[in-house]
Amino acid sequence: MQAYLKLDHIDKTFTRGSATTEVLKDINLTIEKGEYVSIIGHSGCGKSTLLNIVAGLTGATNGGVLLENREVNAPGPDRAVVFQNHSLLPWLTVYENVKLGVDKVFARTKSRTERDAWVMHNLSLVQMAHAKDKRPSEISGGMKQRVGIARALAMEPKVLLLDEPFGALDALTRAHLQDSVMALHQKLGNTILMITHDVDEAVLLSDRIVMMTNGPSARIGEVLEVPLARPRKRLELATNPGYLKCRQRVLEFLYERHSFVEAA
Amino acid sequence: MRGPSFDHGDFHSMSMPAMKTEVSAVAIPQATAAAPIVTMTPKRAPRADTYAKIAKETAARVVPPLIVIALLLVVWELICRRAGSSLPPPSKVFKDTRELILDPFFDNGGIDKGLFWHLSASLQRVAYGYSLAAIVGIGLGTLVGQSVWAMRGLDPLFQVLRTIPPLAWLPLSLAAFRDGQPSAIFVIFITSVWPIIINTAVGIRNIPQDYRNVAAVVQLNPLEFFTKIMIPAAAPYMFTGLRIGIGLSWLAIVAAEMLIGGVGIGFFIWDAWNSSHISEIILALFYVGIIGFVLDRLIAGLGKVVTRGTAAN
Repeated sequence: MQAYLKLDHIDKTFTRGSATTEVLKDINLTIEKGEYVSIIGHSGCGKSTLLNIVAGLTGATNGGVLLENREVNAPGPDRAVVFQNHSLLPWLTVYENVKLGVDKVFARTKSRTERDAWVMHNLSLVQMAHAKDKRPSEISGGMKQRVGIARALAMEPKVLLLDEPFGALDALTRAHLQDSVMALHQKLGNTILMITHDVDEAVLLSDRIVMMTNGPSARIGEVLEVPLARPRKRLELATNPGYLKCRQRVLEFLYERHSFVEAA
Repeated sequence: MRGPSFDHGDFHSMSMPAMKTEVSAVAIPQATAAAPIVTMTPKRAPRADTYAKIAKETAARVVPPLIVIALLLVVWELICRRAGSSLPPPSKVFKDTRELILDPFFDNGGIDKGLFWHLSASLQRVAYGYSLAAIVGIGLGTLVGQSVWAMRGLDPLFQVLRTIPPLAWLPLSLAAFRDGQPSAIFVIFITSVWPIIINTAVGIRNIPQDYRNVAAVVQLNPLEFFTKIMIPAAAPYMFTGLRIGIGLSWLAIVAAEMLIGGVGIGFFIWDAWNSSHISEIILALFYVGIIGFVLDRLIAGLGKVVTRGTAAN
């Protein structure tokens, strides 16, 4: 099978003055179209850096990212990012925030009315159409993140990049939003690469879980297939042996073999 | 009876601190009086009540300063009414300047004009100098905020130049322009440009990386980035600079006009001093103060409208 998104021998070194730190070492990963892949690791292992490299926001020191066999090294709407802290522009309404991307991506291919309809369509996908004229300061954290997802989806990305999208939310809102993302993935068939530090979230949502070793020089330690049928139901999975086994594997990796060591 | 009175006390103690910061002491009895109505009838208060409430709140704001002003005028009158006093009491100021107050639009040619013409000449100079400062200040501020090299190169220069007092520039600009009008405008410009540059630069530098990332993913071009991200994100800082700038402009214009002469409120004051018309000076100071206040409020109001939504996140 042809790889859709390919991370090819990526190294990343940060240099500050005379000190250099190797953050990522020899990251190889191929993702198929429509796959949901999570990257999990302790904080500071460079998983966000890896996502930024895929997004093109940070350059790789060696190696590169191939999307449909073409190298990508600058940010673009084909790899839309849902940022951890929503990053909505506070001076724009919900509608205008989504429209910002739509207007750029579909400037030539869609008419003004089509773009308007497309923005509204994406807002209704995340159940936020009712709040289209609200400003980000007027809606809750979970709602902001929904709008962030709508903004990314509306750009029709080839790969959707989620940077700890639920990290800043309370547990109930997080569960609710996870279900929404699962439903959207089911419905639209997006290719998704998600950064997370939540084991349950990774097992629940992903087709594959990429576990990273601790930095510096973090590398991919293990890749775990999650052989659970979709659609997945949170409640049913709680007692599902396959789910528990996957969860166990990830926990063992994170807390036994690569337990977090506080930098001295 | 114990139940409602307890409720009432509770409401009172909860709302007190908030009211205190918001309005002044006059509003507090009104709040306690309004409490039973609010708690007992869930319906909206009748319109007449709403108007009465607005009137009361306005009075609470207007009455205390009026009392203070009246008291000050009385004290001033008492001090300056004695024979041989070097400054006129308010009653004399009013008597002397009656004509100037009642007819600000006369024009007898030369500099013998009504106060309206003097003030509008000054305001015009400020408008030119300040507009120029706003454009140049935001432009340079953006450059300095955006480029590390521009900052390293220009910042030390700005830090030194901005400490030069406005009037120190006047002889140099007179030498350069050989005319009073552009020199005054230049002094306004050079006075008000620094806070605009420095605040804009800080605002641009403080644009969160997140917004830059969003712009990068959406692929905004530099012009779109400037208008859609930079300007709105830095607007609160820019308006801080613009507000300081307008205040400095108005401070500088009076001094500059005293030296360049011609029509303008600064020279009006100087001329009044030379002719020993102390009452006219006092009247002019009153106008200068009021206009400075209005200018400040104007920019603050504009900033509030423009940055609506930006500050709160």
